[in-house]
Amino acid sequence: MSETVVTEITPSGRTVEIDSHSINFGPQHPAAHGVLRLILELDGEIVERADPHIGLLHRGTEKLIEYKTYMQAVPYFDRLDYVSPMCEEHAFALAVEKLLGITAPDRAQWIRVLFAEITRVLNHLLNLTTYALDVGAITPSLWGFEEREKLMEFHEAASGARLHANYFRPGGVAKDLPAGLTDKIAAWAETFPKFLDELEELLTNNRIWKQRTVDIGVFSAEQALAWGFSGPPLRASGVPWDLRRSQPYDKYAEVDFQIPVGRNGDCYDRYLMRIYETRESVKIIKQALAKMKPGPVKVQDRKFTPPTRGEMKRSMEALIHHFKLYTEGYHVPAGATYTAVESPKGEFGVYLVADGTNKPYRCKIRSTGFAFLQATDVMTKRHMLADVCAIVGSLDVVFGEIDR
Amino acid sequence: MAEEAKPAEAVPPPPPSAQELLSQAVGSVRGVYGSRVEGGEVVARAARDSLVGVMTALRDDPRLAFEQMMDLCGVDWPERGERFDVVYNLLSVSLNQRVRVIVTTDAVTPVPSIHTVWPVATWWEREAWDLFGIVFSGQPDLRRILTDYGFEGHPLRKDFPLTGYVEVRYDEDRKQVVNEPVRLTQDFRSFDFLSPWEAMTTLPGDEKVFTERAAEQAKG
Repeated sequence: MSETVVTEITPSGRTVEIDSHSINFGPQHPAAHGVLRLILELDGEIVERADPHIGLLHRGTEKLIEYKTYMQAVPYFDRLDYVSPMCEEHAFALAVEKLLGITAPDRAQWIRVLFAEITRVLNHLLNLTTYALDVGAITPSLWGFEEREKLMEFHEAASGARLHANYFRPGGVAKDLPAGLTDKIAAWAETFPKFLDELEELLTNNRIWKQRTVDIGVFSAEQALAWGFSGPPLRASGVPWDLRRSQPYDKYAEVDFQIPVGRNGDCYDRYLMRIYETRESVKIIKQALAKMKPGPVKVQDRKFTPPTRGEMKRSMEALIHHFKLYTEGYHVPAGATYTAVESPKGEFGVYLVADGTNKPYRCKIRSTGFAFLQATDVMTKRHMLADVCAIVGSLDVVFGEIDR
Repeated sequence: MAEEAKPAEAVPPPPPSAQELLSQAVGSVRGVYGSRVEGGEVVARAARDSLVGVMTALRDDPRLAFEQMMDLCGVDWPERGERFDVVYNLLSVSLNQRVRVIVTTDAVTPVPSIHTVWPVATWWEREAWDLFGIVFSGQPDLRRILTDYGFEGHPLRKDFPLTGYVEVRYDEDRKQVVNEPVRLTQDFRSFDFLSPWEAMTTLPGDEKVFTERAAEQAKG
């Protein structure tokens, strides 16, 4: 509803001058969470229309995967949503396992649950704190990043890399946990809830924080469903839906946890969902540590997973298997599957089409943030410019996965 | 999965699984001409022209209640007449079930847009247009989405090379970003793993072996 001023009326029609100014929010804006270019049409300080331009981080992941073997495709998933790498791998590993008709051994499944939850905490810590930063609170990010560092050390201990783990593989995990790591994680899980209390003390009842988030970007349950929402934003709108509960994968059916569901669907509820989910994650981590038993961490069929280095020194067959796996890889029988996991952001799905060769025929990545970002136009309508930061922050978008 | 937990009866045919029941229900929707369970997932094939009706029925029928469209994507099969599959992955959060709807099209025939059924479809349709060149009729906003401004071609088609056609760099002399044809110092290495034992080409002078073998096979 921009001011329209009729300047002249000519026989051919009216010439209308529209007093609306559009601005570029990003792609270098610190609150744009990466490379979002958001073109905002403003009426004064009120957003009339938001047009997100994405693709600035497009790397052609899906095309590249078509030219790689299944094992070589795993690292691309780390680089999609680079704040929750292991959960993305999880979806791909489950999809390939489904097509191959194999199931990871128990210990591998527990390790995956354990690290998927550690990744969830990692992701939520980044989102909650940088979201607060967007809104103007600096301290949470300083505290949160320290805590994240501890978790990344666990990542590093297990996989060798802080971020791009390449740890969950089709058929299990890359290697077993090093000695003593479970004790360290258990010790961390004891201290972490205290940190969350401190974080909540800074934000949850903070007057400024509530002024900036309560009743901002309200999305009803119907809207959230129509716009393809999932994960915390869907639950904040009051839809009790979590894939870990409703379509459990790996060992999620055997752990006890609660699923927070919000009522208002505003930015504040989305924040609360993540806080509560983080607490539940700690509960799952403790259970996974308790229920984990020694055993193999990958399928013992050498056609799918490589032998140990020690075996290769002694067995010719093991050496051949190793060579074949790392050059040709395994052939996946023709078929298609849509496999989704509850990544920290929401439903992360992989639509994998195999044609019987050693490379995926098509690997469509259903990124979570894609649907969220599309809804920013509806969500930010008639909000103030400063609220755009809060809304984008509350949706937890990461451009690695949106742009693929 | 509650249906599967029932004790299995040995002699009569087993009761249909939840997926099979869903598949039958989906198959009864007007415009769906094939619905079956593939690898534990319900896959339905729909007629292109009645797609909007099919999707509306899938969403509004209380037995199906697919409130969400989680994913839309294209798959390219260049050897087929209608080379593209458009795949819709739907999810029902109230009944906890999924279905995959597939329609086929070619490079020029438009697929009806379903953004009126689920507004989320807009961006996925833009993506399918951008990456595959699939046209969606009734979609008011069919701009490119992932590729660069001014990009030409549809990169996820199988006949589009992995490296693309142009590369972008900053030209220090001209002080601007320039597009140039791709120059590779080394070819992309693609090995043929489909025929491990016949990968060697016939050695010179060895053709006789193959002609004799063919002659023997012809004899029977």
